[in-house]
Amino acid sequence: MCLSIPGKVLEISFEKEVKFGKVDFGGIQKRVCLQYLTDVVVGDYALVHVGFAIAKVDEEEAAKTYKLLEEMGQVEAELMGAEQA
Amino acid sequence: MKYIDEYRDPQAAKRLVKRLAAVTRECGPDGVTVMHVCGSHEQAIAKFGLRAILPPGLEVIMGPGCPVCVTDVPEVDEAISLASDRKVILTYGDMLRVPGSNGSLAIAQAKGADIRVVYGPHATVAIAKGSPDRDFVFFASGFETTAVATAGVILAGPPPNLSFLSTHKYIPPVMEIMCEMPDSRIQGFLAAGNAATITGWGIFEPFVRRHKLPVVVGGFEPLDILSALIDLAELVRDGRAEVKNAYPRCVTREGNRAAQRALWEVFELVGGQWRGIAHIPNGNIRIREAYRAYDARARFWINTEAMAASGVSELARRCICGDIMSGVATPHDCAMFGKECTPLDPVGACMVSMEGTCKIWHEYGAPPQRARSIMRSA
Repeated sequence: MCLSIPGKVLEISFEKEVKFGKVDFGGIQKRVCLQYLTDVVVGDYALVHVGFAIAKVDEEEAAKTYKLLEEMGQVEAELMGAEQA
Repeated sequence: MKYIDEYRDPQAAKRLVKRLAAVTRECGPDGVTVMHVCGSHEQAIAKFGLRAILPPGLEVIMGPGCPVCVTDVPEVDEAISLASDRKVILTYGDMLRVPGSNGSLAIAQAKGADIRVVYGPHATVAIAKGSPDRDFVFFASGFETTAVATAGVILAGPPPNLSFLSTHKYIPPVMEIMCEMPDSRIQGFLAAGNAATITGWGIFEPFVRRHKLPVVVGGFEPLDILSALIDLAELVRDGRAEVKNAYPRCVTREGNRAAQRALWEVFELVGGQWRGIAHIPNGNIRIREAYRAYDARARFWINTEAMAASGVSELARRCICGDIMSGVATPHDCAMFGKECTPLDPVGACMVSMEGTCKIWHEYGAPPQRARSIMRSA
């Protein structure tokens, strides 16, 4: 039951000292508890599970991963191409 | 959607599959056998059609990663007993149809019990406050990721008429049990990325040292899963018993310290039975003594003897969910799969939960050539 979705933090507020936020998921906005992301700010992306943000999405790491995935496949494709030649 | 769409690129997926096939071939004639322990991973693999394109020689077994499926019969009986005793049960939808000793929450509901579905523990607070004269119990199922949310609500100070029945479970110990099973062919684990955002990937370092098996922490989009499997196959190929983080955009070595503090402030680990599997030491997450004021088991006398005394039904006796969850059998090994046991009329828990192996295979199908059991048949 890990099902979690990344969303963008639009607003942050405090209810009885507990940090909450309005998070946007591709157009749908939900109230999410942010108490476990102590340093999250508006504009950050957070991974949300049953109404709680459990992790911040690290944009730099995401870019690195994406680049790696593209390259990982590229090398293989080139090698496959070479073998067939 | 950002951070989802780019990890679903079909062209990139095709290239990754080629790479995975090449690495699998490099592992030798016996191929590679790995296990994942997350229902969400199985769902993603099925939903994105990955089972059909995984290379022959690579076997990805689903272990006991469906939290609903491993909630034990007595635990379901506790919820039904409370429901029958005029407590309002607040539950995740998945738990409604799970069979207990005698019926399910859905059947109790049909008989007049007040049972309501919630999508997260926060909702329970407003609902309980709305009816201060009724007793509400949150049936808190799920693994450690979900337990973190329950802890948050308990720490915020729930209303006095709300208590919690924790059937939360902890995954790391079951990985130990799985790879220690006799005849286990598991050569590595794909670990659940979202649980690791909480615990950190460092939690697997003692495990890989002890068992000399690699662990790769993976995300849930198709490219995440494929790249994690490539990493895992490479580690198996090279005989490297290491932890690799293939989900660095969300997972760090230490994890979420604030969430960990809240989790272990409210909860502690105890041994317990996982449905159909075994007694798992430190496998159950239970409310600590300091918070027993919110523990439904401390607040109410829960009598499950009458239900348990009714005995195990004929169909339940033939259920092999336990073997399926341990990776020892597949749904195709079960004579009742798709016949007496269907999503509408489930016999075992694996057919109830949207993360249950049987439910997933029933809904999305499974290519027959994948339907081999982990035990090499004589």
